[in-house]
Parts: sequence; structure tokens; C-alpha cells
Amino acid sequence: MQMKRWRNVWRFLPLLSVIALALTGCGNEQLTAMLPKGEGAEMQFNLMMLSLYIMIGVFVVVALIYTVVLVRFRRRGESDNEIPEQTEGNVVLEILWTVVPIILLLILAVPTVMTTFALDEGTEKVPEGATVIKVTAHQYWWEFEYPDLEVKTSQDLYIPTGERVYFELVSKDVTHSFWVPTLGGKMDTNTATTNKMWLNAQEPGTYYGKCAELCGPSHALMDFKVIAQEKEDFEAWAEKMKEAGSQAASDQAAQGEEIFANSCIGCHAVGSEGGNTGPNLTNFGDREKVAGILDHTDQNIKDWISNPSEFKPGNNMPAFGDQLNDEELDALVVYLQGLKVEE
Amino acid sequence: MSAHAYKKKNPVWDWLTTVDHKKIGILYLASGAFFFLLGGLEAILLRVQLLYPEFDFVGAETFNQLLTMHGTTMIFLAAMPLVFGFMNAIVPLQIGARDVAFPFVNSLGFWLFSLGGVLLNLGWFMGGAPDAGWTGYAPLSTTSPGNGVDFYVLGLQISGIGTLIGGINFLVTIINMRAPGMTFMRMPLFTWSSFITSGLILFAFPALTIGLALLMFDRLFGSQFFAAEAGGNPIIYEHLFWIFGHPEVYILVLPAFGIFSEIIATFARKRLFGYSAMVFATALIGFLGFMVWVHHMFTVGLGPIANSIFAVATMLIAVPTGVKIFNWLFTMWGGKVSFPTANLFAVGFIPSFVLGGMTGVMLSVPPADYQYHDSYFVVAHFHYVIVGGVVFGLFAGMYYWWPKIFGTLLNEFLGKLHFWLFFIGFHLTFFPMHFLGLMGMPRRVYTYLSGQSLDEANFAATIGAFLMGLATIIMLWNIIQTSIKGKKAGNDPWDARTLEWAIASPAPEYNFAQTPLVRGLDAWWLEKRAGNKAMIAAEPLDDIHMPDSSILPLVLSIGLFIAALAAMYSNWVIAIGGLVITAVAMILRSVIDYHGYHIHKEDLPDEGREGK
Repeated sequence: MQMKRWRNVWRFLPLLSVIALALTGCGNEQLTAMLPKGEGAEMQFNLMMLSLYIMIGVFVVVALIYTVVLVRFRRRGESDNEIPEQTEGNVVLEILWTVVPIILLLILAVPTVMTTFALDEGTEKVPEGATVIKVTAHQYWWEFEYPDLEVKTSQDLYIPTGERVYFELVSKDVTHSFWVPTLGGKMDTNTATTNKMWLNAQEPGTYYGKCAELCGPSHALMDFKVIAQEKEDFEAWAEKMKEAGSQAASDQAAQGEEIFANSCIGCHAVGSEGGNTGPNLTNFGDREKVAGILDHTDQNIKDWISNPSEFKPGNNMPAFGDQLNDEELDALVVYLQGLKVEE
Repeated sequence: MSAHAYKKKNPVWDWLTTVDHKKIGILYLASGAFFFLLGGLEAILLRVQLLYPEFDFVGAETFNQLLTMHGTTMIFLAAMPLVFGFMNAIVPLQIGARDVAFPFVNSLGFWLFSLGGVLLNLGWFMGGAPDAGWTGYAPLSTTSPGNGVDFYVLGLQISGIGTLIGGINFLVTIINMRAPGMTFMRMPLFTWSSFITSGLILFAFPALTIGLALLMFDRLFGSQFFAAEAGGNPIIYEHLFWIFGHPEVYILVLPAFGIFSEIIATFARKRLFGYSAMVFATALIGFLGFMVWVHHMFTVGLGPIANSIFAVATMLIAVPTGVKIFNWLFTMWGGKVSFPTANLFAVGFIPSFVLGGMTGVMLSVPPADYQYHDSYFVVAHFHYVIVGGVVFGLFAGMYYWWPKIFGTLLNEFLGKLHFWLFFIGFHLTFFPMHFLGLMGMPRRVYTYLSGQSLDEANFAATIGAFLMGLATIIMLWNIIQTSIKGKKAGNDPWDARTLEWAIASPAPEYNFAQTPLVRGLDAWWLEKRAGNKAMIAAEPLDDIHMPDSSILPLVLSIGLFIAALAAMYSNWVIAIGGLVITAVAMILRSVIDYHGYHIHKEDLPDEGREGK
């Protein structure tokens, strides 16, 4: 009976370890925090590892004592009626398992405090010449403004690599949280206060960003992208964005432009023209995703405009399916797809 | 008035009016179990929605309601009442008391809690449940459309008052009602942890009360405490919530620690190792629990100074918690450990909880927390602590104390099946979540896009949840079977150590025919080893005074329930009517004298007498 019980214990261990192995793949390299590609993410990752190693050490000690106890000090059946010695305790042991953890925690606490301050460095007084980006979170999209470059965009965040880019984060409606795991940890966007942080992407690439604070039904869909480019590419992009405005390359696009001017411009800006309650669409044609989540196809754009709530429940954009006919939608899509600043 | 005691009471009326701590304990346990099943069902639905990427099962709105109600239900309506259930059923027995200090208040606490819980769940049937998370962060909660969040605000407020007065009652009971010789340093660890938990309730719940009151004003009466455009600041709510919320974790887990301490000592047949260290560690955890709330808010932007201070304070909690783990291990060291289901849960708790503690220390590091926060890593962590700690503790307590509460033994075979399925399912569900968080999955998302390497771990987690569900069904089956034809348990089926095992199972109405004399720690064990068949009596056999039962606690609670429900729909006439009912019940309670009644010594059964 007892042996059988033990086999039960071990039976699920290989199962668990296989699962753990399958899962310890480090995830999608544009999203995971376990393959850091930013200065901040790397500092954070190093602390994770330090704390993990210390904790594994503690776990091993506990597991050893635990195993010995479970193997050696079992009661052997009902007939085993020996009453063990009623030990009160042991002062030396109590001191030992109080002092050793304190020492371990000190080893962890010092780099913790240093890194906490290091990550806040420069946010109060941004260094001369650094790129500053104002992030405004909305239900359920992201607005990015480059005050020094006089550029506004949304959903796709362009940053230069190899330098700390400083962010000022606020929210327009409810609390959100701005998170690009591969580049660095998150920071809440509050309604009443402005938060500050920096990210430093070490290599060019596209990284996924998420909203991490529950913000309503479409919280799960509030994705954005970070496009990190070499400094000169970034500057060229910013220059083109500054120049960009409404453009129609064909008659159909011109029809779309007119529809846009009648139905959309109240909320959506292109270039410097238009409202600010919906995402800025200056470089809409460059995006990989519609609304952060759908593949960037003509059909998806049409479907989105017809009924946005079907894709992002609870979002504020009205449905245009009843107001625009198929031909008008097609024209609008052609116009929107033409809004590009990159080749 | 003694005839009173022998009148055959209508059982329904009896349960509605009872002030007997053992019956109130059963009421708490039953309603806690009901809400536990409800919260568990909600969890299963959540996991089914997340089974596959972009899966459409319940949809975004319902998912947010489910996640809100799962958290709220499990913390406030399942774990809290189950903890209170064991405190009620066991603490007075462990200290050799006839009842709690304020039996009427005890009953009131239960009815407030349970009607608050019902109100909270009414949202499901009245246009949508709360959907702003169990934390109810403003401005999401203040701007959430419909009445959903109103059910959260008012339901929790009423239920919270019940918890608060329950806590005060237990503080007074443990300070004043201990039997002769039961000094503080002879109290069983479960009583100690109930005492400290009650203290935490006293100081923590008022912060929640204020937070909820401010939410109520913003939602129902047009104030703007949390509206930034009017000069309000939602971060104030976050502080209030976590000043309550962090101690709440210890309010739940300390009694579980107490349960483990009883069970591990009993089944190792050894005195608890380092008793005084355990007591001080418990007190220290309770004290430090109030100093660390900002670690839930590292990403709010409070700055590196605040973050560092709260980080170091948080790390410190690991020290007394570690002390407890080692003392449990050394209680078993050199013992004769047997493994009935109760002890399986206690022994299974140790590695599970240590994992939760490890991630707890990892979370205390603010820079790393900037990554973990609001991700599935946190979901994994707090389920390791709350399921691995609190739920394992409640299960262990159920198997251990079932004979004392109901007089029968739960089936051991089904119990072990329950343990193994639950244990495996638990790790299968929550272990992969650590990786999900690190791989970039935020918490509280109703879906995830494919192609983000999140599919496998989510699938595994859902399978684990099914296993836990199956385990719970087996537990239910066990309970039903045992209720129908359970094996009779003697007074002391586990050869246990503390006072509750010195009396009949289930305990008679008056608990102890004669108040026992306590001669040391593990009072009952000492008497047994000295060859005594019963506790030595500290008083001569005499008539026993019993408190009167009363319907007023229920009436008072119903009044508040009506007032809250009407206020949500701005029906002020009915709302005031509800408050009038409550006020009248309070006035009646104040003006009517309750003399109680006596059970005469001649009427006590022979076996109820001690020291003969």
C-alpha cells in the first residue's frame, strides 16, 4: 500500500517536467520578456535571474529536508504506536533560519534598489537632444506624439535604436498600462498624473506592445507595435511624417478622400488636418494590422469600418455599414491604403 | 424559562435565528462552499474561453464579468466565510468556551455577509454582473455602464460590515473567554492565527469600506473623487484598495497556516516545533502585512524612493514565512507521520506554497515587477499562494474537523482521490502561467492572438482546471455520501492534541458541561498522556446559561439589502423603507431584554460530565 502510494507521487513528476520543458521555449521573440532586446529589459532580466537563483537555492534546501522527512519519519501502520519525543524547539536552528534568509535578501536588496533608481534616471530632466514621445492611451488604442518633431501618429510607435527614448504617459479615459516586454517593463497611464519612463532598443526590429491594465471589454485587443529603426532611418521617417498630408493618387482615391472629409475627419486626422478623438491615420497604409489586431487587408478594413464593435467590443467608433455603400467603402479603402510615408 | 430548551423547534426557523457558534459555523461553511462552487464554475468558463487563441466561447463582456466575479467571489464570498466557518466551529472549543463573546453579533455578521454575497451575484440576473475586476479600479469602475459595478460596491460593502463585526467578535472572544489555565502562550496555533487575523480585519476592512463608499458616491450620487477632469485622482482608490487588499491576503492565509500547524503536529504525533517562534512569526507577518501594499502598485509611477522602501519591506515578510516553513518541517522531523487526507493536503501545501513564496520574493523586486506586473506571472503567483495556501488549508481543515463538526468521517479513499486530482490539476493549471506572463501575456485578457507562442501553455492550464473541477466533484460526492451514511467518528478520531477533541462529536449545544482546566500547551494530549479520560474540570457542575436565539440579525440584514438594491435604481422611497427596517431592528434589539435560558445540570447527559 505504501509503495503504491509512492509510485503515485512520482508518476506525475515526469508529466509535469515534460510540460515544463515544452513551455520553457522562451516565447515569441517580438513579445517575450525572456529574450530581452532593450537596455531596460536586460537590467530587469538580470534581476529576475538573480532572484530566481537565490530562490532556487532556498527551494533545494526545503526540498531536501522535506524528502528526508517524508521518507524517514513515516508512521509504519496502525501498530506503530511509539510516541515520538515531544521536542519543544531549537534556538540555534531558529536563529539560523532567520539570519540566513536575511543575508540572502540583503544580497538581493542592494542591486534591487540600485536598479530601481537607475531605471528612473533622466526621466525628471531629460538629457539634451533625446527623443521625447508623449503617449496617450485611449479605449482601445494608443496615440503617440513627438512634440519636438511636430509629428503625431497612432498604433505604430517609431523609435530610434541605440539611445534612450523618453516617454510621458497619460490616459484620456481609464487607467491603462504601456508594456513592450522585449524592450522593458510596463508603466501605467493614469488620468490624473503624467508618468515618465525610458526605453532603449538595442537593435532594429518590430516589437509587440500590450495594454496590461484591465480597461474594458477590449482590453485584450489593445495591441500596438514598436518599430525600432536606426537613427537616420527614424529621422527620415519623422521628416516624411511632418510633410505628409492627405493624398489621392487615383479618381477612386479622390472619391475616398471626399468621403473621409465628410464622415471621418471629425475624429481621425491625416497630417495636421482632422480631429483627435480617434487614431491619427497619416501613415495608415504602412501598418501591419488594422486596429492593432486584424491583418491589414482591404476586406478587413471594410469590415472594420462597417462594424468596429464586432472586432473590438465596446470601442467608441460608430458603425458605418449603414451609412456607406459598398462602392463608397471601396473608395475609402483605396484612399486609406494610399496613406503611406514609407516605400 | 427552561422549558424553552426542550421545545421542539422548527428546523428552518432554528437555522434562521440561531446564535450558536457551531450552527453559525456550519452556515458559514455551507454558504462558503456554495460560493466556492460558483467561483469555480466561473473559473472553468474563463479557462474554456482561453482554451484556444481567438476562441469564441463567452465573448469579451461576459468574460470581464466572469473574471470580476471569480475573483470577488473566491476572496470575499468563498475563502472569507470558509475561514470564518472554521473559526466559528473550532475556536470557542479550542479555548474551552461555551460560545463566542457576542452571539447576536456573530449571527448578524453571518447574515450581513450572506445577503451581501447574494446582492453581489444578483447582477447576473439584473442586466449584467460587475465587470471592473475584483479590484474595482477607478475610473473603469466609476465609468462602467449599467448597474453591474453598483452590485459590487454595495454588495461588498454590506458583506464587508459582516466580516468586520465578525472579526471584532473573535478578538473579544479570544481575549476574554479562554478557560482557566489557557494562557496566551498555551493557545493552539489555529486560535492564535484566528486572533491575529481578526486584528488584521479590524484594521484593514475600514480602508475597503472607505474606498467602496467613495466609489458609491461617485457612481450613485454624482461626486467626482476619482474623476481627473474634475480634479479627482483615481490613484487614491488604488491606495485605499491595497491598504485593505494586501492584509486581506494574510487575513486568509494566516488561519490556513493555523490549520496546517494543528494538522501537521497531530499527524506527526509531535508537539509543534518552535511554538513561540511560530506565534511571533505569525504576528510579525500580520504586522508587516500592513507595510507592503505599494508592491501592488510598483508600476503606478510613485517613484523609485517609494518603490524601494516597499520592496525591502516586502522582502522582509519572507523571513517569518520561512521560519514557519522550517518549523513545520522540523515538527515532522523525528515524528511518526501518517497521511490521511487532511495531512496530505497539509504536506502537499508545503512545496506548493514555497513556490508561491519564491515568486513572491521575485515580485518584490520593482524592476523585475515592471515586467511581471499585471501579467500571467502574477496570476500564477497569487494562485500558488491562495490555492496552494488558503484552499489547501481549507480542504485540510475540512477533512480534519469534519468529524468534530458533523460527527462522521469523510471517506478516505475519495478524499485521497480528491487530493491527488486537485494537486496535479492545480500545478498543471498554474505552473505554466509563470511562463505565459514572462512570454508577454497580460492578465485579464479575454483572448490572445495566435502566433504569439501562447497557445500550448494556455491549453495545458485549461486541462489542469478541468482536473481541479473533477476533483471538486469527487469532493462533493464524498460530502453527499458521508452525509447519508458516513462512518460515526468518536470524540477523538485522530488522537489529536487540542481541547475540541476532548468533547463529544459533534459538540453538544453548551460545548463543555464543565469549563475545563488547561494545564499546558496541547491540553488534551497532556491529559491523555497522563492517563486521564477527560479534561479536569475547573468548576463544579452547574446550570448552564445559554443565549436566546433571535430573528433580528436576519431582519436587520434584509433591511440593508433592500435599501442597497433600491438605491441602485434610485428608488429612494423603498431605499429609505429598507433603512427603516434596519433601524427598527436595531431599536428592538436595544430595548428588549434578552435573559437567555438555562440548561439544568440534572438534564445534562452523563457523558457530558467531565472529571468523574
